[in-house]
Amino acid sequence: MKHIHHYLSPANFLQITRWATPLCAICGSGILSIGLIAGLCLAPPDWQQGETVRIMYIHVPMAWLASACYALLAICGLCSLIWRHPLANIIAIEAGPLGAYATALCLITGSLWGKPSWGTWWVWDARLTSMLVLFFLYLGHILIIRAFDDPIRGHRAAALLSLVGIIDLPIIKFSVQWWNTLHQPASITLTGTPTMAFSMLWPLLTSAVGFTLIGLALLCSRIKAALLERRSYSLILRGE
Amino acid sequence: MVVRSSLLRRKAGRFWIILACFICFGSAIGLILNAFSSNIVFFMTPSQLSAHTPQPTQTIRLGGMVVAGSLHTTHQDDGTPDILFDITDGQAAMTVHYHGILPDLFREGQSVVALGRLKAPHNFIASEVLAKHDETYMPKEIADELQRTGKWDPRFGPPPNASSWNSMIKKGQ
Repeated sequence: MKHIHHYLSPANFLQITRWATPLCAICGSGILSIGLIAGLCLAPPDWQQGETVRIMYIHVPMAWLASACYALLAICGLCSLIWRHPLANIIAIEAGPLGAYATALCLITGSLWGKPSWGTWWVWDARLTSMLVLFFLYLGHILIIRAFDDPIRGHRAAALLSLVGIIDLPIIKFSVQWWNTLHQPASITLTGTPTMAFSMLWPLLTSAVGFTLIGLALLCSRIKAALLERRSYSLILRGE
Repeated sequence: MVVRSSLLRRKAGRFWIILACFICFGSAIGLILNAFSSNIVFFMTPSQLSAHTPQPTQTIRLGGMVVAGSLHTTHQDDGTPDILFDITDGQAAMTVHYHGILPDLFREGQSVVALGRLKAPHNFIASEVLAKHDETYMPKEIADELQRTGKWDPRFGPPPNASSWNSMIKKGQ
């Protein structure tokens, strides 16, 4: 516990971001290029959807990242409310826009996939609607955390919003099981065997790992910039 | 020491307040979703529709599998196809009448969702037809091989489990 506290102090976390950013960026771009080349060029087309199925290699990682990033926001919100941890607020400020990008990309690629396969760009079924709600939760979080002159009030309101919005994650996950939807159920679950050929599964998982590492690199560099900004601001205030 | 313990107590207090709020809010959302469950579903199945028949003017979505051998297409004078097919959920079936162009993935054995009105019992007039696709992703060679060896016919339902493809193809040879 003491060690965790040590590394989570803003000064020490700044040191971590210094090496974590290039590490994640280099590993991520390597793994992502393998995953995307395999997915977009080498993987076989689906028997009924044909080449359209390749949108999956971007759509599915974006959906996973969007959910994971919101879970991160909620954890930061909890740490901010209970322990008043300064780093939690910084991570929440910097992670919000990244999650919003991932959700937007998930919605856009899903729409592009829906037209050729389902025959429509958009329907108001439970999965699509709950994902759109997640996008609006991100937008609300981005706005509210910057909306107050007193940053502490903004952090508190945003933390509450992120904790309230976490309800949407199980709704997204189970929407395709609880209600009948146009969206198909999950192909990859934690318990069952994947309902996907291995030649399609490994490019999907590889690009998901690649996108995650790129996302972490972006997050680390944003946090680094925010921490440096705070430091330089405090130096100016001290008149040095 | 006193300061430290009171601080800890305040943190624990905040934790329990948040947890209590979260449980209350979560169960409220759960109850709301449960109560509106019938409005959240995207489509109704043929057996649900025949159980309580809606008004002929009411627009509804009907979903289910296209029955093998039920698809009949006639071309009208202006060239747009006039389509008749049956939708089933395994218990009841309903005939759908649709005038327009079907999505690419529409075929017998596919799950589809039709938007329209129930004119008479078992006669559904659709204004829009959407194709669902299942969660199985399969290369074309495996699909061809399973069909060639007679292990699976796409007109009668979704493909078999991905883990059984290899053994099914081997047995077929």
